[in-house]
Amino acid sequence: MYNDKVLKEFSSPANAGEMENPSGVGTIGNAACGDIMKMYLRIENDVIVDAKFKTFGCAAAIATASVATRMVIGKTVEDALKIKNADVVDYLGGLPPQKIHCSVLAEEAIHAAIEDYRKKTGA
Amino acid sequence: MKVYLDNSATTALDRHALEAMLPYFTDKFGNPSSLHAYGREASAAVDAARDKIAALIGARANEIYFTSGGSESDNWALKGAVRAARNKNKHIVTTAIEHPAIMETCEYLEKKEGVKVTYLPVGSDGRVNVEDVKNAVTDDTVLVSVMFANNEMGAIQPIAEIGAFCREEGILFHTDAVQAMDSQKIDVDELNIDMLSMSAHKFHGPKGIGVLYIRSGVRLERLIAGGHQERHMRAGTTDTPLIVGMADALETACRDREKNNAHISALRDAFIKRVQEGIPYVHLNGGTEHRLPNNVNFSFEFIEGESILINLDLAGIAVSSGSACSSGSLEPSHVILALGVPEELAHSSIRFSLGRDTTEEDMEYTYKVLKETVEKLRAISPLFNMEKGTGSYV
Repeated sequence: MYNDKVLKEFSSPANAGEMENPSGVGTIGNAACGDIMKMYLRIENDVIVDAKFKTFGCAAAIATASVATRMVIGKTVEDALKIKNADVVDYLGGLPPQKIHCSVLAEEAIHAAIEDYRKKTGA
Repeated sequence: MKVYLDNSATTALDRHALEAMLPYFTDKFGNPSSLHAYGREASAAVDAARDKIAALIGARANEIYFTSGGSESDNWALKGAVRAARNKNKHIVTTAIEHPAIMETCEYLEKKEGVKVTYLPVGSDGRVNVEDVKNAVTDDTVLVSVMFANNEMGAIQPIAEIGAFCREEGILFHTDAVQAMDSQKIDVDELNIDMLSMSAHKFHGPKGIGVLYIRSGVRLERLIAGGHQERHMRAGTTDTPLIVGMADALETACRDREKNNAHISALRDAFIKRVQEGIPYVHLNGGTEHRLPNNVNFSFEFIEGESILINLDLAGIAVSSGSACSSGSLEPSHVILALGVPEELAHSSIRFSLGRDTTEEDMEYTYKVLKETVEKLRAISPLFNMEKGTGSYV
């Protein structure tokens, strides 16, 4: 079902864990639906310098969250907002059709974390 | 290391059964329906297999009908009985935890043929209450269908009591015994079973073959028309090698039943104890008393079932999960939910189904990998606080 790239990203995810004093945090999903994605961002001078995630969910949910953190680090906030779920899927070399919603959660988690940052800073 | 703990999904073909099958693919390839010597040779083998299977479940040979497997047998029992019934209004009593082959057939009959269906609830032990069956039956009830044992959490149903009640009331009683054939002693007369579904690959027989036992005198419409096979009740060229393999595998399973059950349940019980003692926030789904000897079903709080499954798979361990994510549906397992388990915990359920070849080393390795997996996934779960070692769903 999953390709090797997805399995590798799932079993050794990048940037898993919490972040102290993040610039923004976003949480998407709920436990009853089987997916929760939480993303932490550290933003300096409008550039995302670090990102972490925590996920309750399937292998695809964990892999897509991991990829989302990889993709946002080093980007300006504006560029990070341009990341689409299809970019996450492409990075992973494809996902099974019933798992595409996981990549949507990843995109939404980025947006939620940036929204939180903007709320906090009034930016 | 490779460990197979998904014996409720399928089992390895028994070597002895394979040897018994092989000549019927090549040298003894005749069509059992043919009148010539080739046909007679194959037909004798099918007759012997039919006799063997009948004897093993206390039936008569002319009550054994070969099918393509459990799903066909379930479809046939329900559709066949409903269509043959003369009642104006037709009603089926079944349970909320049946295999999809029963569930979806019932839903089809509701939608397309105006049948009323009652889905009985189960307790937290996964068993249906016999009183509920008695109360659900009406004058319109054509059939009661209750699985012998559940495929996900192993609950063995009160088949003898339901059978006795149905016999007294003169209502047809079908049981899907697909998960029960190897570990449970089944005598269709003693248990008052009118129809029984089985599937060979669940007891180390080949895939693609099963039986519907139909008690003599039961009126059933056929599903598959087109030939005189199975006494005009199920058309299709008789599959001699699969039938021979199924009979041989069932004979071995019944012969070794006590020995296998003792071996498997000892490993299973030790595993349950170890997991409950060694891994925090774990729930055993289903009861302990009336449970298939090979079944364990756990929910691990704060982490999701499919991610556990994939992690174990990467370490060579094969299990299955009741999480929505592994089935491709949005809802987690209807069986685990029927136990009263909350949705978030149903998403976290994992089934380990042991088999006769499972060893102590297998379970040792599985426990070790499972413990690491649970810790690893909890470390990245937003619901779990590693420092405090506790979690919360809110």
